[in-house]
Amino acid sequence: MTDTMTGQPKRSRAQRLVVGIPYAWLLVFFLVPFLIVLKISLSQPAVAQPPYTPLIELSAGWRGVTGFLTGLSFGNYTLIGSDPLYLLSLVKSVEIAAFSTLLLLAIGYPIAYGIARTPRRIQTALMTLVMLPFWTAFLIRIYAWMNILQRDGPLNQLLTALHIVNAPPIWLAADTAVYIGIVYSYLPFMVLPLYATLEKLDESLLEAAANLGCRRWKAFWLVTLPLSAPGVLAGALLCFIPAVGEFVIPDLLGGSQAPMIGQTIWTEFFGNKDWPAAAAVAVALVCLLVTPIIVFQHQAMRAAERD
Amino acid sequence: MQTVRSKRGFAPWADASARPLLRIEGLSKRFGGVAAVDQLSLDIYQGEFFALLGPSGCGKTTLLRLIAGFERLDGGCILLDGIDLAVVPPYRRPVNMMFQNYALFPHLNVEANVAFGLKQEGLPRAEIAQRVADMLAMVKLDRFGRRKPHELSGGERQRVALARSLVKRPRVLLLDEPLAALDKKLRDATRFELMDLQRRLGLTFVIVTHDQSEAMIVADRIGVMDRGRLMQIAPPAEIYERPNSRWVADFVGDVNVFEGRVGTDSTSIEGTSGRFRVATKIDAEPDATVWLAVRPEKIRIAHDAPPLELENSFAGTIADIGYLGDLTIYKLRIADGSIVTAAIANSGQEATRTLGWDDRVWLSFPPEAAIALTR
Repeated sequence: MTDTMTGQPKRSRAQRLVVGIPYAWLLVFFLVPFLIVLKISLSQPAVAQPPYTPLIELSAGWRGVTGFLTGLSFGNYTLIGSDPLYLLSLVKSVEIAAFSTLLLLAIGYPIAYGIARTPRRIQTALMTLVMLPFWTAFLIRIYAWMNILQRDGPLNQLLTALHIVNAPPIWLAADTAVYIGIVYSYLPFMVLPLYATLEKLDESLLEAAANLGCRRWKAFWLVTLPLSAPGVLAGALLCFIPAVGEFVIPDLLGGSQAPMIGQTIWTEFFGNKDWPAAAAVAVALVCLLVTPIIVFQHQAMRAAERD
Repeated sequence: MQTVRSKRGFAPWADASARPLLRIEGLSKRFGGVAAVDQLSLDIYQGEFFALLGPSGCGKTTLLRLIAGFERLDGGCILLDGIDLAVVPPYRRPVNMMFQNYALFPHLNVEANVAFGLKQEGLPRAEIAQRVADMLAMVKLDRFGRRKPHELSGGERQRVALARSLVKRPRVLLLDEPLAALDKKLRDATRFELMDLQRRLGLTFVIVTHDQSEAMIVADRIGVMDRGRLMQIAPPAEIYERPNSRWVADFVGDVNVFEGRVGTDSTSIEGTSGRFRVATKIDAEPDATVWLAVRPEKIRIAHDAPPLELENSFAGTIADIGYLGDLTIYKLRIADGSIVTAAIANSGQEATRTLGWDDRVWLSFPPEAAIALTR
């Protein structure tokens, strides 16, 4: 962008309005709700409607504000720190999200690579196919998987018919089903950024590598893979972050023995009616996920500078 | 490194006993139904700087890519040191290429880019470091080793690409429009550096270019290409002064072409705009149609009629004058209505110029300046 476009010259009112829209959006739909959740996490549960102690008595004026400051309770955070239930479900979530991300990379990379190297007019059609599952509601696709993975469902019928297994294995209510669900649902989010970087890759770089004495697989290792790192990172974060907080997939396909963090929050909110504790878990999760997002932003900015 | 070698008298192609380093025989490559390279044969000798010159789409880059092994040939063969390259995969060919867009690895710094090819050979680390340092010193990039390609200027990137392709000491270095991306001043200086480098290293260079002055300056021989075929292969002066066809005469430099019929004495041409005489015998039957080519800078302009001969001279009117500083270009309308271009060196001051618009003048050229072309 040229200086004249980014420079200081006074912006018209319309320009300022346009620039202001994303900030307003983030303020209204992210920052304000987050502050409300943060506020709830610092209050006490109560048998009331809503089920927590109010923090600021605005009618009480200045006394209300001082009362707010003295009434802040960090008890919910010490609770989630001391009760292993929360920590375990957090570890479980990170573990499932991380392993799913690796699976998604292993499956998504060859798909994206293959599509990026087909003739250009076929590429669009193939990418449409990758996106095709989005045309069906997410929940319906997960119910479909419940059906497929049932004890006498199509998958087990196929496996027994082919004599791959003797007794039909149990898929549902176990981590395997959660992995299948996550990998299936998140694959487009992995393929899309990978495809975007691989498609941009200059073919002449691979020719240069060959010209300098590099076999194909080695050229892939030395040139293609490092240059697709931004896509790998983007895809991994696009999958990992929502997978950590995934609720529907583990709830419908997974078991109840070790819940993921999304399920724990749900139980606190709707089962135990302990909104402050649930809010504290949610805030802790956001803080945990902010780190990889910052790392990603940093990388994206460096990549932008390079271009 | 080899010693500086004078190029004077370097003409292995004229020596029947000399064996070419690179021999291309009947080479063909088609894309779809179109022949990009069509039954092309060419010999290139050790230590030669060979330029492939042609308009865009003439197949010169395809020829280079066939030599490098990036394209599969459809017919003919390429022999390097007598070995058929058909069975040698690209990564094993002792041929390095400098790409038009340089194709530098963006994630590697300058040193790593240059070292890339040597690492593939599995050389000891110390030797790689030494050779990379030597090469970077040679292209005057010694202080830039740690920089990434995006931190370099266009000229610096060009030198990295050159260093990377030279460091493996290839039997043949292929250069695909190596100077096309540089600005004019830098390009002019780099041409001479490139020529100097090739002489110092004694390597064989094959350059692809659409820029004729680039080819003329650097090359020992030029191959002028059109539609997949080599139209003429000769040293630069011969290409310019003795083109073998109207196409070559017209493509390389500016030229005035007059049509006519060969006279009975075989050194004259009867044209529609006058009688021409050439210095050497025309290789065509009397009365055959031939063309006379005259370069603009060989034409003289005077206000007075030439004293004696009426051959190679005719009257005209100055229709246009283009002042270029070193030269002035005159467009002259002659009797039959056609336009003749003359380029006159400006040895005096512009203010003292005696030729002006609409002046009636005489143009003439000596017989040895005219080239008779039979096709």
